[in-house]
Amino acid sequence: MTETTPVPPVEGPVEHSAHDDASTAADDVGRAASATEVAVPAAAPFGPPPPAVLVTGLTKRFGTRKGAVHALQDVELRVEPGEFVSLIGPSGCGKSTLMRLIADLEKPTSGSIEVFGKTVKQARADQDYGIAFQQAGLLPWRTVAANIALPLELHGVSRKERRERVSELAEMVGLTDFVKHHPDQLSGGMQQRVAIARSLAEQPRLLLMDEPFGALDEMTRERMQGELSRIARETGAAVVFVTHSIPEAVFLSDRVVVMSPRPGRITGIVETGIGADAARDEALRENPAFFAKVTEVREALHGVPVAEGGREAR
Amino acid sequence: MARGVRRVWTALLGLLGLVAVGAIWEGYKAIGPDDGVLIGETRVLPRTTDLAMPHLLDMVRRLGEPVTSAPGAEPLWRAVYDAASTSFGIAAVGWLVGVTVGLLLALLMQRIRLAEYGLLPWIVLSQTVPLIAFAPVVRRWGNQIEIGTWEWPPWLSVALIASYLAFFPVAVGALRGLQSPARIHTELMHTYSAGWWATLRSVRLPAAVPHLLPALRLAAAGAVVGTVVAEVSIVYPDGIGRQLITFAGQASGDPAKAWAPIFGAVALGLVAAVAVSLIGLLLRNYRRGEAL
Repeated sequence: MTETTPVPPVEGPVEHSAHDDASTAADDVGRAASATEVAVPAAAPFGPPPPAVLVTGLTKRFGTRKGAVHALQDVELRVEPGEFVSLIGPSGCGKSTLMRLIADLEKPTSGSIEVFGKTVKQARADQDYGIAFQQAGLLPWRTVAANIALPLELHGVSRKERRERVSELAEMVGLTDFVKHHPDQLSGGMQQRVAIARSLAEQPRLLLMDEPFGALDEMTRERMQGELSRIARETGAAVVFVTHSIPEAVFLSDRVVVMSPRPGRITGIVETGIGADAARDEALRENPAFFAKVTEVREALHGVPVAEGGREAR
Repeated sequence: MARGVRRVWTALLGLLGLVAVGAIWEGYKAIGPDDGVLIGETRVLPRTTDLAMPHLLDMVRRLGEPVTSAPGAEPLWRAVYDAASTSFGIAAVGWLVGVTVGLLLALLMQRIRLAEYGLLPWIVLSQTVPLIAFAPVVRRWGNQIEIGTWEWPPWLSVALIASYLAFFPVAVGALRGLQSPARIHTELMHTYSAGWWATLRSVRLPAAVPHLLPALRLAAAGAVVGTVVAEVSIVYPDGIGRQLITFAGQASGDPAKAWAPIFGAVALGLVAAVAVSLIGLLLRNYRRGEAL
């Protein structure tokens, strides 16, 4: 499995990748502290690596016939490289909108978003992120292999490299025997795994996922959660994960960002304290500490004050 | 296995339908009154004389006999075959022109929203103009075209008129097909920073295939009908359309002969339909979306 771990994209000074590792390892230690370091110029040549996502003063309004809808107001968020962050909240809280803004699928009304110190447009052009939606969104006329290879094909990767990359990715998501199948021959869970493999095709350092397991049954869902956390660890990619399942958010994340609607805003951030290296397995689901965090997120969602330290000042 | 059995059944049923039509024809001819069935002054069923309804066997036998009594005349089936092949060639050119124009229009309308609003009503309206109204105009203009030594051949006028019927379903069907990709697919392409061309090639065109195939079938039918009508209205002598009129004029003396080009026209339509379904077979991988 080790050879499937992609080499982090070349990004200038060697210190950067060293920092990457350090911040992954020290994920749950200094999160609150690092979140206050917003003032550091993101693209400084020899400074600390820029955050995977840096959202500042973000507001998004949609003009509708009934007037403006405040989808997001004054959102501040910082996601470190390699960090797994979930966005959770009731429908209408703007969690999907926030993810779509990071993906450059929507334009902010005001405020700014940086992805690895670049504008979202540049990050999209550079393929710094991979994306997966609630629907797998596979092209039905393409085989599994051709679906995974789609982004590579579009960006002129040679046939040979594509084939190698596809077999790596298919192995990573456990679909090696199905690469020649078409999507209509796969179950929903398998289709979603293809979509995840596709989102990883260009070795992105950031994964954006909008309720990718929302349409799956509970058993498939739990298995996929385990696989996703393994994949995120193997690739070292930061993940922004939109969900409305509290246990799912706690199980997967380093931090859970709690949002509330009208206007959409961040009302709390819960550190799960599980740690990047901890095994995400069945034992964790039975762990009392896990339940405690689930309760904490639930309370944050319902607006009950959360214990000191689990919540960040905005 | 079950599939093969079903295919045999389908073929058998098709054959049975053909036999039934023949049986009704001969049956009515046998028991119907010579003067047909009249309600008041109105004849609701045709006369059953050999002049109005020749025996099927006579029609088939006539196909093997010479076209005219002139010495050395070729057999009737040969004349019909030649005329039908000529018309098929013209219809194929008309179909190609129509499909090309239809696809280009659809691409333009997909690319530029304003073009859709501006063009689509006119495209729909264009089909309300009867072919025979502008067929003579096309011929007259065609006659005046001369580029160097090349002269506009009359068959090209026929093909052009045929394409007028063929382009319509393709323009409308292809536009719907090009607009059919789910938002998730177009957004995905956007996140890949794929431009219009790449999105067209990877998503829009393949997604358009299920909409395009019925449009191509309609276009084939349109091209065949357009060819036959255009041949008649611009008096093009070599095709099946003109032959239909000529032989019908000889029906009083040779009733079975008039049916030969009708069979030819039916065969022409069938061949065109089969040709298009072969295209569907080639593109069957892109029809997987229909099952989802």
